[in-house]
Parts: sequence; C-alpha cells; structure tokens
Amino acid sequence: MTEIEFLNWVRGPGFQIAVVIFIAGIIIRFAEILLLGRKTNLAEAKGSEMSGGLRTIVTRSFPDRGTFQRSTFTIVAGYIFHIGLFVTIFLFAPHILMFKDVIGFSWPSLPTPVVDAVAVVTIIALLAVLAHRMSNTVLKFLTNTEDLLVWLVTILPLITGYIAFHRIGMTAPSLLAIHILSVELLLVILPFTKLMHAFTFVLSRWYNGAISGYRGVES
Amino acid sequence: MSNSTSVQFNIQVGDDLTHNVKPLLNEIKHGLDNLIETGRTTIIDLRSLPLAPGEEEKILNTLGQGEVQAQLNALGLSEVTETQYAGVWIVTHYNDEQHIISRFIEVTTMPEILCSQTEDVMEAYSRLTLDLADNP
Amino acid sequence: MTNNKDKTLLDNSGVDKTGVDKTLGEVLRSQGVSRRSFLKFCAATASMMAMSPAMIPKIAHALESARRPSVIWLSFQECTGCTESLTRAHTATIESLIFDFISLDYHHTLQAAAGHAAEEAREAAMKENDGKYLLVVDGSIPMDNPGYSTIAGISNYDMLMETAKGAAAIIAVGTCATYGGIPHADPNPTGAVSVGDLIKDKPIINVPGCPPIPVVITGVLMHFLTFGTIPELDHIGRPKVFYGQSIHDRCYRRPFYDKGLFAETFDDEGAKKGWCLYKLGCKGPTTYNACATTKWNDGTSWPIEAGHPCLGCSEPDFWDGGGFYKSLSMPTENITQTAIYTVAGAAAAGVALGAMNKNKKSSAVAAHNKTTIDDLEK
Repeated sequence: MTEIEFLNWVRGPGFQIAVVIFIAGIIIRFAEILLLGRKTNLAEAKGSEMSGGLRTIVTRSFPDRGTFQRSTFTIVAGYIFHIGLFVTIFLFAPHILMFKDVIGFSWPSLPTPVVDAVAVVTIIALLAVLAHRMSNTVLKFLTNTEDLLVWLVTILPLITGYIAFHRIGMTAPSLLAIHILSVELLLVILPFTKLMHAFTFVLSRWYNGAISGYRGVES
Repeated sequence: MSNSTSVQFNIQVGDDLTHNVKPLLNEIKHGLDNLIETGRTTIIDLRSLPLAPGEEEKILNTLGQGEVQAQLNALGLSEVTETQYAGVWIVTHYNDEQHIISRFIEVTTMPEILCSQTEDVMEAYSRLTLDLADNP
Repeated sequence: MTNNKDKTLLDNSGVDKTGVDKTLGEVLRSQGVSRRSFLKFCAATASMMAMSPAMIPKIAHALESARRPSVIWLSFQECTGCTESLTRAHTATIESLIFDFISLDYHHTLQAAAGHAAEEAREAAMKENDGKYLLVVDGSIPMDNPGYSTIAGISNYDMLMETAKGAAAIIAVGTCATYGGIPHADPNPTGAVSVGDLIKDKPIINVPGCPPIPVVITGVLMHFLTFGTIPELDHIGRPKVFYGQSIHDRCYRRPFYDKGLFAETFDDEGAKKGWCLYKLGCKGPTTYNACATTKWNDGTSWPIEAGHPCLGCSEPDFWDGGGFYKSLSMPTENITQTAIYTVAGAAAAGVALGAMNKNKKSSAVAAHNKTTIDDLEK
C-alpha cells in the first residue's frame, strides 16, 4: 500500500467505518439510557424538575468556590484543554471544510497561527493533567486502563495534527493520513468509554438538577 | 520574464511573499565579503529559489545597472551585466527563442563565461596558423 | 569514462568506434560548438538538475568524456502526452543538444521507420548494446488481457520483459508507467500495473507527472550521462533533486496558507488577490514535484500561478483522491449519506436494545418475590 493509497483509504472507507461506529454507538447508548427510564417518584414534588434540570446544565460548567480552591489545578487545566479542543477541532479552516462537506454548512475560522498556538497550549495542558494524575497518590490509585486509553486517544489527534501541519519527520501524505487515522480511532472509541461525556453531560446534569428541583433544593 | 508580464496577479511585491528576497540580498553581501577576504567566487542560481511573481524583478531592480554590459552569442544569446555593486554580476542565458533558460547571480571579479576558454584559444591558434599558411 | 566510480551503469568501454561511440566532447567539437557554448550548456544543465553552480566544472568534465548511450523508448497504455511534453521541452538549440547526447534507437511515435523495420531497429539496438542501453517506458501495462494493448502483435508485457532484460537501467516516464496512472484508476478495467510492479531486478528511476515536467525528464537523462549512475531516489523511486520537496513547501502562495487566507471560489476576491487554493481542492500539501521552482513553458508559469489548484499528478492514485476540487481535509466518500443511514439503523437497533433491557428489567421486577412477615415467621 502506498502512502497515497493509505491517505485515500483513511479519507474514504476508513472515515466511513469510523463515522458509522461513532454515530451508531452514540445513538444506541442514548437509547439504552433513555428507554431504561426511571422509577416513578412517589414523593410529592416540592419544586420543578425542568427548571432545576436546565439550571444545573449551565451551573455545573462553573466550579463553586470551595471546589475551585480544593482542586485549582484540575479545573484550570481542564478548562484549558476543553476550550483548546473546541478551538482546534471546530475553528481550524481545514476542519470546517470537512464539517461543511458532511453537514452542509460552515462557520468562520480562526487565523491559522492562532489555532496553532492553541494546539500547543492544549497539548501542554493534557500532558500536565496526566503528570498531575500520576504524581498524586490518590489519583494514581484511582487510575485504570480506560483512563489512560481515553487520554491517549484525545492527545493523539492533537499531536499528529500539529506534526502534520508543521510537516515534521515524514512525508506529507503519511503525516496527514496518520492524523486522520488518529481522529478515526477517537471516533470509534468515544461512544464506548467515558469520553461519551461529551454528549451525556447534558443528560446527567439534567438528572442531577431535576432530582434536586423535584425536592425543592438547590443542586 | 517578458512573456509573463501580461498575466499578473494583484500581488503586492512589497509583501515579500516568499521571504526569499532579503535573505538572497544578504547572501550576495556575504559573497562580496568572501570575495574581498579570500577571492572566492559565489554563484547563486535564481531558479533554485521559489519566488513569487515580481520578486525576481525586485531583486534585479535592487541590484540595478553598473558599468559593464556584455552580450555573448553562444548557443543563443547570453547577457552578462555588472550591477551597481561592483563584483556582483547577473548572467542570463537565453535560448534561440529568446526565452530565459537560466539566470545566475555571480559574485566575482570576472564571470568565467566571459573569459576566453583554453580549448577555444588552442583551436583559434591552429586555425590562424592554417589560415596564414593558406594565404602567405 | 575517466572520472567515475568503478561501478557505473553507463559503461561503454567495449563499444567499437563507430556510430554511437564518440565522446560528447568530440561530438560537440565536430559540430563547431565552442567551449564557451558548452559551458553555457553546462550552466543551464546544472540549473536544470537543481545542482549547486559549484558543480558546473564537474558536469563539464564528465560530459566531455561521456559517450552517447543507446536509448530504447517503449510506449504502452498512454496518451503520448509524456512524449509531447518532452519534445516541447525547449525547441531551441541548447536543449536539443541533449538529444545529440543520446542515440534514440526506438520510439514508435517519433521514429521514421514503421512495422518490421521499426521492430528490427529495436532488436538491433538491444543486441548491439546488450547490458548497456537505457530503457525508457511511458504508459502502464495491462495484465487482465494482453490484447488490450499490443505493438506489432507483441503484448506490452512481453515487450517490456524482453527489452528490460538487457537494459542498464529503466526510466519510467509519466504517472502511468510509474504508478499505473489513469489506466490504473478505479475500477482499473485493464488490470493496469506499473513498470516497477513487474520488474524487480533492474534499477528503475520513476519520473511521474501527467505529464512530467520536460526538464525533469531531460534532467534525469543528463544525470545518467554525467555521472553514469542513477540519481538518489525517494521511497517511491523518484529522483530527490526534483521530487524532494512538496509543491506546498515551495509554493509562493504558502504565506497565505499560513495566515489562513484562502480563495473560496475561482472568482472571488481571494482568488483575484492570489490567495491559497487549499479550499478549492489543492493537492499541493501531499504532492512532491518541482513545478513551483522549475515552472512550465520555459519557466513562464505553473498551475497554481495560473490560479488552479494542484491535482497531485505526480503521486500514485491521484485520480482516486475523491475529486480534484475536494480539499484534502474533506472525506472522499459521501459521509452525509452514510451518517443518515447509520442514524436510521442505529435508532432501530437502539429501540430494540432498549426494549430488551426494559423487558429484562420488568421481568426482573416481576420475578422479584417480596418478603412478607409470613416468610419471616417460617
């Protein structure tokens, strides 16, 4: 297989396979969660489920003071790499072209040097997060293989993308193909690991808020 | 290039698109320094650099015209000109259709191609000897 | 040859002193070419071969003492575009000198002879220069049915294998000969393969492009003549001097890519300002060729300077990259359709799975026996 054949495969059938697994995985997991349902709460409602649920979806994006003081590093680094991932994935011109091809519409991009810098910061933040996790006894104890796997498949597209953009080491078609392949790996793994939180966070936050709302307390 | 001037894009030459103009001029300066210090010649092939439309003209304009202009008739025209900076020469080779086939910047006291070549001198000697023998 | 390593491919020491045996220096002097003209030629050659000008004296010395090699040119499944490109290299004296430097003994499009006479010329050249001639091939070879392409009743495969046997080296010219090219494009109806797919025991120089840049073809010939060796090749057999850098890396529009300034259509403001053509499908980032520096038509211009994205014609399978106007970051298949089918299929599967789970849950609830006071009293 030549490197162009490899590139054509990851841009074609490979991407197709990844998208099928990604979408099917997400839908099936959501269907499972939603259809399983919840027990009817026999207690009398002391507040609104809906308002509590919706409020929590928003409020959980911001840490409360106590949590922030206890785990400042985790929260700051977490913010950095989540925003960084958003910028590099959704605001880089070539990526927007890809989305446009699939979903039919597009949005403005950030200047390439900005995205480039954000990518570096994001990679550093992810490395720092891992270093912190491995150097903290409790966090290390709690770390399992899945945690390391999801960290790896998250950082790989960033690193391969950075290398592909700066064309370091290998010839360009291979670099681009490896980058796309790493994204496909992320797509395939996402629905079946805790990376699924990218979609389920809305649902779980709503439930948390709704339960409190029903009880008439603040979540 | 004469035949490409009719199709020009609206690219501002001042932008230094490829960032190759300044380094090239610096290389020429370095070449002059080398010529003074060691007498060594520096030759730069203008074709070996990616240049945006207009950048080559910019280089040539910067170097300007000096005291010497020579034309050679060897397999088509060649032009050898000294720029306003003595010791910096532009050597342009044309083919029979007046298309530029190569262009060099030579930093030297005398471009090699202007010198009479030993083989040609030897050939000239024997020819003149024969001519003199034929017409005493 | 005087100034060469022991193992050169171009060893003409055994050739007798008739016809093709003169050194190039002798040929030139007999044509009245002055040494100064020859120097000019060498300067142009060095520039063409992307060599440092410091190499000019070396090239001059090597060429003066080199002998004309016999060249056999075979054309298989091709469009003659490569030959067109080469013959339009430059019509003027200086490049035509290159053709004085080789003895083109067989080229069925260019030669005057036809039929048996032509094939005899090939056989004679093979016999006289056994082990020393250069074989140039353009076009791919059909392997499904030999009848798809024949010359004088001989299948392309047979002719290639027979002629390759005694060749010193093979130059595959054009993307068809190097990687299968257009005949090899999906679904490859003729079972087309490249020269390199069939021949493993000879040095092969790949000169891809559709067509290749003329001076790249002549540059490879000149390298062979000058040094008697094949130039340094990359991982898919291309000479590094010409294919060592990508179009993107050498493109004068690269600064626009780096700044994120793109032409969105062929006639928008960006296109007029000469911005990067990535979004219009430019394959420059994954294409290795010399267009950006060598340019085309006597250095007049090249596709990107003319406002058109690079097609990637010097890369394998350039025809199957999902379309010339699809940018590199876009998927080549119709992902939208795939996604819609997946949503439909997965929704059904999800509902079924959910129903099964719910069923399991309710049967578990039903099967669950409540403990009563009676049970405890037992």
